[in-house]
Amino acid sequence: MTILAKFSPLRENYERLRALGHDPFSVKFERIVSPTEGVLRGKRTILLGTNNYLGLTFDPSCIDAGVAALEGQGTGTTGSRIANGTYGGHGDLEAALADFYGRQHCMVFTTGYQANLGIISTLVGKDDFLLIDSDSHASIYDAAKMGTAPVVRFRHNDPDDLYKRLRRLGDQPGNKLVVVEGIYSMLGDTAPLKEFVQVKRETGAFLLVDEAHSMGVLGENGRGLAEQEGVEDDVDFTVGTFSKSLGAVGGFCVSDHPDFDILRVACRPYMFTASLPPSVIATTLQALKRMREEPGLRRRLTANAERLYYGLKGLGFELGPEPNPIVSVMLPNKELAIAAWNMLLEAGLYLNLALPPATPNSLALLRSSVSAAHTPAQIDTAIELFGQVGRRLGVLPTPGLVVQAAE
Amino acid sequence: MDAEDDEIVAEIIRALGPSLQSPVTITTDTNITRDLGLDSLAVMDFVMVLEDRFDISIPLERIAEVETVGDLARTIRELRGRS
Ligand SMILES: Cc1ncc(COP(=O)(O)O)c(C=O)c1O
Repeated sequence: MTILAKFSPLRENYERLRALGHDPFSVKFERIVSPTEGVLRGKRTILLGTNNYLGLTFDPSCIDAGVAALEGQGTGTTGSRIANGTYGGHGDLEAALADFYGRQHCMVFTTGYQANLGIISTLVGKDDFLLIDSDSHASIYDAAKMGTAPVVRFRHNDPDDLYKRLRRLGDQPGNKLVVVEGIYSMLGDTAPLKEFVQVKRETGAFLLVDEAHSMGVLGENGRGLAEQEGVEDDVDFTVGTFSKSLGAVGGFCVSDHPDFDILRVACRPYMFTASLPPSVIATTLQALKRMREEPGLRRRLTANAERLYYGLKGLGFELGPEPNPIVSVMLPNKELAIAAWNMLLEAGLYLNLALPPATPNSLALLRSSVSAAHTPAQIDTAIELFGQVGRRLGVLPTPGLVVQAAE
Repeated sequence: MDAEDDEIVAEIIRALGPSLQSPVTITTDTNITRDLGLDSLAVMDFVMVLEDRFDISIPLERIAEVETVGDLARTIRELRGRS
């Protein structure tokens, strides 16, 4: 018995997947040309699965800011903020995010994953209760596992179900923290936040919203679903990431809770890991500025998202419930999804293959994420390729004989 | 095993129905993940159905301790006794 023998069922699954074509878990780009294009085995490939919502990864002003910080402050902080001290940039970024959200406090983390892990696991203690949506991101599940509070799962996007489960806890003492996401990463559906806020008010629970996929995407100013729904005052904690709309890496939490700062010396995933390098802080600060100054980015993103969503829907594909920048095509089974993903990649379109158990309801998905930087022509090419592959695999009805003869 | 345990096990078997790929005989010794091939999400989803049947909360950390149908029945009985 080797120490990794327990993973042999996983290995078998993985090998089977790899035998069917390219390895979806290690696609290697030789070159990244732009936010929307890369080179794969010598072929120019459209990137439609990178969460690069605003397309800021190659923004010249962000790159300049990053280079200046790299040259002026070096490659890394080589330690955590509580041990090695804070650089000016970390504080500036926290102040900028607090200002953007209109909140008193902000804490920056090294990744969004660690922001969820740290904030959620520290907010609730053993005498409290944590209530999470059943479709929560892995970072929320892992926070639940790491923390000491009992964890109750409610049905996805179902405020009545949450209410029922809160009621079941009865009059047990302890704070209740409810965690939902702005846009869910697999199907692009949004949380019914107004209704969740109603439940929170009625039950006296605290509410945390992870706006990882909705920051820069939803709301008049890009603050996310809470802004769009007009319920920001009822959100106690907002978590977000720099790895999507802001084109870098890192995470944060903002809040008006008066004692928020105590988390800096209580939250282990904040305390015991190195802080972000100055260059990342600098590009993120600049990306935030660009996002605030240019609402046109968000308008282009929305237009592209709708173009892809309605284009694919028009072909007859089954999609997630809402036209958001995450557009997921549901395929009848895993085998078809794997085949379609490989065919699209061969044809020069990169997106994400999402399979159970990482997907809700054991769905087999081809997940796209649209960027403001995509041209309408790139979106149309993607739709065209989806159509070809869908017909070849028999997922879409094949056109009549006349059309076939003309091809 | 008394009547209450039998009733709980019967409910567990009924709740498992929709998650099973093929018909199997389920006893108190049946291992929920190994013998029934349920992944971690499927287990949590099926436990949610049981929470509703018995009108109790079965926190995730309690599910983590459960291996067999018998373990689950004992957990439910204990949690039920509390409310
Ligand atoms: C909903 C959600 N929360 C948190 C994260 C973690 O973000 P990061 O990539 O910054 O670790 C992600 C991204 O994977 C996500 O989809």
